[in-house]
Amino acid sequence: MGEPCAVIGVGQTEYRTKRTDVSIAGLVREAALRALEDAGLTFKDIDAVVIGKAPDLFEGVMMPEAYLADALGARGKPMIRVHTAGSVGGSTALVAASLVQAGVHDRVLVVAWEKQSESNATWALSTHPPLSPTIVVGAGGYFAPHIRAYMRRTGAPDHIGTLVAVKDRQNALKNPYAHLRIPGISREMVESTPMLWEPIRYLETCPSSDGAAAMVLASESAARRAPNPPAWVHGTAMRSEPIFFAGRDTVSPQAGKDCAADVYRQAGITDPRRELDCAEVYVPFSWYEPMWLENLGFCGEGEGWKLTESGATGLDGDIPWNASGGVLSSNPIGASGLIRFAEAALQVRGLAGEHQVEGARRALGHAYGGGAQFYAMWVVGSDRP
Amino acid sequence: MPSEPSDRSEPLVAEHVLEFPGGYTRSVGPVIGRFLTELRDGRLVGVRTASGGVLFPPAEYDADGEAVTDEYVEVGPGGTVTSWSWVSRPRATHPLDRPFAWALIRPDGADTALLHALDVGTFEPGADPPRSLRTGMRVRPSFRAERTGSIRDIACFRPDVTMITAPSRAEYRLNAGRALTRFLDGVSEGRLLGHRCDVCGKVYVPMRGLCPVDGVPTTEEVEVADTGTVTTFAVNNIPDPRAPQVPFVSAYILLDGSDISLLALVAGIDADRVRMGMRVKAAWKPREEWGRTMENIRWFEPTGEPDVPFDAIKEYL
Ligand SMILES: [Zn+2]
Repeated sequence: MGEPCAVIGVGQTEYRTKRTDVSIAGLVREAALRALEDAGLTFKDIDAVVIGKAPDLFEGVMMPEAYLADALGARGKPMIRVHTAGSVGGSTALVAASLVQAGVHDRVLVVAWEKQSESNATWALSTHPPLSPTIVVGAGGYFAPHIRAYMRRTGAPDHIGTLVAVKDRQNALKNPYAHLRIPGISREMVESTPMLWEPIRYLETCPSSDGAAAMVLASESAARRAPNPPAWVHGTAMRSEPIFFAGRDTVSPQAGKDCAADVYRQAGITDPRRELDCAEVYVPFSWYEPMWLENLGFCGEGEGWKLTESGATGLDGDIPWNASGGVLSSNPIGASGLIRFAEAALQVRGLAGEHQVEGARRALGHAYGGGAQFYAMWVVGSDRP
Repeated sequence: MPSEPSDRSEPLVAEHVLEFPGGYTRSVGPVIGRFLTELRDGRLVGVRTASGGVLFPPAEYDADGEAVTDEYVEVGPGGTVTSWSWVSRPRATHPLDRPFAWALIRPDGADTALLHALDVGTFEPGADPPRSLRTGMRVRPSFRAERTGSIRDIACFRPDVTMITAPSRAEYRLNAGRALTRFLDGVSEGRLLGHRCDVCGKVYVPMRGLCPVDGVPTTEEVEVADTGTVTTFAVNNIPDPRAPQVPFVSAYILLDGSDISLLALVAGIDADRVRMGMRVKAAWKPREEWGRTMENIRWFEPTGEPDVPFDAIKEYL
C-alpha cells in the first residue's frame, strides 16, 4: 500500500435541486475552501489537484477540468481528471490517495462535483444512438430488472426497499448538507408514491442534486501537523468488469466482490460486519442496500434483506449504513462517491455531527458506477495502520 | 319628415381628446434638471438631503420639507426590487406590450426607490407572474440608445443576468462495423445471427465479433430462434416514444440457442401479467416494411407455452 495517507480536511457544499447562485467554478471552490479550512491550509500548501465528475454530457462542458484549474488553485501544479461514471467520486479519491501513498506528494486536493440542474441526467444517459437501439430509459430503467432478479432470487418481501428509503431519509434529517429532508418520512409516504420503473417507486430513487465535495489527503508528516484529527487510509481498491458477457451475475457482480475482498485484505478485515463500525455505501435505489450487503460480504447470500429488515443498518443498529442519508438523500452524481468516502472519514474523525456513529473507529467508503461495472472502495480508521 | 323615435335605452356617448398642442413647456428647476441631464448621459444620480440621506429620484425638498443640498451622488445602476405589481394584460399606453411588473426599485447607494417598468421576459397575455419575480430581485436599467433627458430614457428595468442557455450540438456518422452490419443484414431477412466463441463455446446474439470474457475474435456464425424466455424485466411507467403505451415492459429475453439475453419490449399481454420465465416469440412487422434494423421486430409476445422454471434461468440473471 506504500506510504501512509490520511484525510485531514473535508468540505461539502449544501446539496440542492438547483444552485443557481453559483457557477460550476464557484460550486467546486466552495467545497475546496471548506476542505482547506478544515485542514488549516490554503491553496498555496497544495501539491496537486485531482478532480472527478460524471459524463461531460451532463453539463455540456467538455473537459471542465481545464476551465476549473483556476478555481482550484492548480496553476503550476499537476491536475488530473478522473472518470469512471457514477463511481467517479470514489475513484477520484483513490487516485489522489495513490499520489500520497507513492510518496509523490504530501498534500493533494481532491474535488468531485455535479451540477445536474444544467441539463437532465436521464437524457444524458439515454442518447439512443442509431443501429443498436436499446429500450433502457435512464438509470432506473437499467437497474429495475436486476432488482427484480434479486427479489426473486432471495425471496425478499416487497417492503424491504421501502424500509431503506425511510431509514436513509430519517438519517438525512440529521445532516445539514443533505438535499432531501422530508420531515415525518414514513413507510406510508414512500408506498403512496408512484412506481416509476416497477419494482422501483419514486421515493425509492435518489434525487438530482447540484453539489460538490472535497478532501485534503496528506502524507504522515503533513497529517501530524493538521489541526483536526486525521482519518487514516487502511486500504484502497478499484475493480471493473464489462457490462455485457455470458454468465455475468448482474445482481451481485464479481468485480464488486473482488474489490471488497481486496480492500478488506489490506485493512486486515475478515468479518466486515463485526470489524467495521459503519459504512457509507452507494445506494441510489433503495433495494441496493440489501444487494450490496451481500455483495460486500456483510452477510451471506440471500441474507441481505433480513439484515436490513432487522434494523442492523439503522443509525442505532450494529452496523449503520449511510448515516449521512446516503445517495438516496443527496445525489450530485459525480460527487456522490466522494461524499461516501468523505463521510466515512468524518465518522472515524468523530466530526460527523448529529449523524455521528458513536465511537466509530473504522469505516467503509464505497462507490459503484456504469451498469454496476466500476467499483471503488476504501477503509479508513482513527488509528494509523 | 319626422325622424324615428330614438332608442332611449342606448346611452349617448361621444369621443373627446384633451391635449395641449405640442405638450406643456415645463421648467424643471436645478435639481430635477440635473437628474434628467445625467439620465440623458446614461447615469442615475440622487441628491443628498440635509439629514444626510440620498434621495432618488431627486426632489427639490425632502419629506421633512427641507431643501436638499447641492451634492449629487451617482447611484446604481444596479438596484433591488423593494415591491412590485404584476400587469398580466398591458394597455396600449403601457411602456411594454407584453406582461410586465410595475416595480419599486432602489438603486445601490440610494435610500429611496423609483417606480418603473420591470421586464422579466416574454409571457402570454394573462400569464401569472413568474417565480423569479420577487422582492429583493437584482435589476438594472435598460437605457434607450436615443436619449432626450426624460424618465423614458430608461426603457425599462431588467433582471441581472444569472443564467444563460448554452446550445450545443454534435453530429456523428456512425459506422456499424462488420459484426453489427452482418447481424442487421440477417435481421433484414428475418434471421437472428450470433457468434459462437472458439474458447468458451458461448453464443452471443447479436454478435460483436469478439468474446468479452476471452478477449478473442469470433467468427463462427450461428442462427438462433426468434423464440425465447423472459429472464427479468421492468414495468416502465414513464412514457417513451418507442413504446406502444404506458406502462410498457422492457425485458431481458434469452433467445433459444443464445447464451446472453437481449433487452426488448414485451407486449400483447397486460404489464402486470408478465412473468420471469415466460415464453415469448418475436412479433415481426410485415415483411415489406423490413430494413436493416432491429425495428423489424416490433416487440416480443407470449407464446402461451408453460413458463420455464426459475432454476433454468437463474444463471442468466
Ligand atoms: Zn469466450
